[in-house]
Amino acid sequence: MARITAGVTTSHVPAIGAAIDHGKSAEPYWAPVFAGYDYSKKWIAEQKPDVIFLAYNDHATAFSLDIVPTFAIGCADEFQPADEGWGPRPVPVVKGHPALASHIAQSVIQDDFDLTIVHRMDVDHGLTVPLSLLFGQPEAWPCRVIPFAVNVILYPPPSGRRCFELGKALRRAVESFDEDLNVQVWGTGGMSHQLQGPRAGLINREFDTAFLDRIVNDPEGLSRVPHIDYVRLAGSEGIELVMWLIMRGALNEDVVQKHRFYHVPASNTALGHLVLENK
Amino acid sequence: MTLEKPYRDIPGTTVFDADLARMGYHLNQFCMSLMKPQNRERFKADPRGYLDEWPMSEEQKQAVLDRDYNRMIANGGNIYFLAKIFSTDGLSFRYAAATMTGMSQEDYAQMMISGGRLPESQGDGEGN
Repeated sequence: MARITAGVTTSHVPAIGAAIDHGKSAEPYWAPVFAGYDYSKKWIAEQKPDVIFLAYNDHATAFSLDIVPTFAIGCADEFQPADEGWGPRPVPVVKGHPALASHIAQSVIQDDFDLTIVHRMDVDHGLTVPLSLLFGQPEAWPCRVIPFAVNVILYPPPSGRRCFELGKALRRAVESFDEDLNVQVWGTGGMSHQLQGPRAGLINREFDTAFLDRIVNDPEGLSRVPHIDYVRLAGSEGIELVMWLIMRGALNEDVVQKHRFYHVPASNTALGHLVLENK
Repeated sequence: MTLEKPYRDIPGTTVFDADLARMGYHLNQFCMSLMKPQNRERFKADPRGYLDEWPMSEEQKQAVLDRDYNRMIANGGNIYFLAKIFSTDGLSFRYAAATMTGMSQEDYAQMMISGGRLPESQGDGEGN
């Protein structure tokens, strides 16, 4: 049987990808950011997941304003790194797991979550920066990845509650797949940041610290935080944090926190990172 | 019945909603076109001519030509779409964000290194 063993959360700041791709990760500005992932790189080399279910948001890359799916699951064999306006990142093609992805789609839809099925989709920094942070710069990514795109750009995004419950449905889906697979669930984006308007640059350390505490110890309560609180307190782009609740819903009630990292700034953003294992 | 908008009182912040998405449809789709290198070259070679191929309002076009991101947002642009413009210009998110705050690049960069804009500071251009 497939099983979910661990969850990872991380911000997916595009400038981090640029720093890696341009060999700047040892520079004084960036070195403390990457040091926060030293543990995680060793950890994942030992964990050797077969598949990562990676919740992220598409940043006006695969989805224009023509079609805006709330939840979209990538069921293709592979996904190309996108050209976001400066050429594609020099990272490996992302190999999917169509059989598991299609199984998850069927199970989760029949569990009342209406996913959009995607058979062709380029993936942007939201998906590839987390992979780079955990795996570095390999010739090929060492595992399969199921991209799961969440709309957090066009109001209204799904609620934290909806994301948390979706995580639970995801777990039921994975555990009913009969191949023996080690599956991790990643929730990416956040933490507090605002990229637009006169309030750009907003960082809320207090909000972020409480979020990091509660997603480990009180995810149920955290999932009830309304959209408006994220925008008001964590910035217009801080709403990405609801995607972390998909990860958390897919894990056990009790988890072991293996690693926690918080750093300001990464470009305009407060960077947060957690490694959680099921107890 | 009009759409409920509980987010309108947040200072210095625009929430990209259905009304803005309709207003900004062509502006945002123009931005998406810059994901192709040949379109970036055409836009850089003749910005006005390239923009005139899109059914955008004159104010939207002028805001793009002026790289006035606040005005683009007020006219329906969303920052992740608009990112294709400053990426085409070879500029970073941090650079573009700073231009929206009324702060100098140096002051904005320093504010971020010092921990960012405090939540109590509501975007009056004064940073911390």
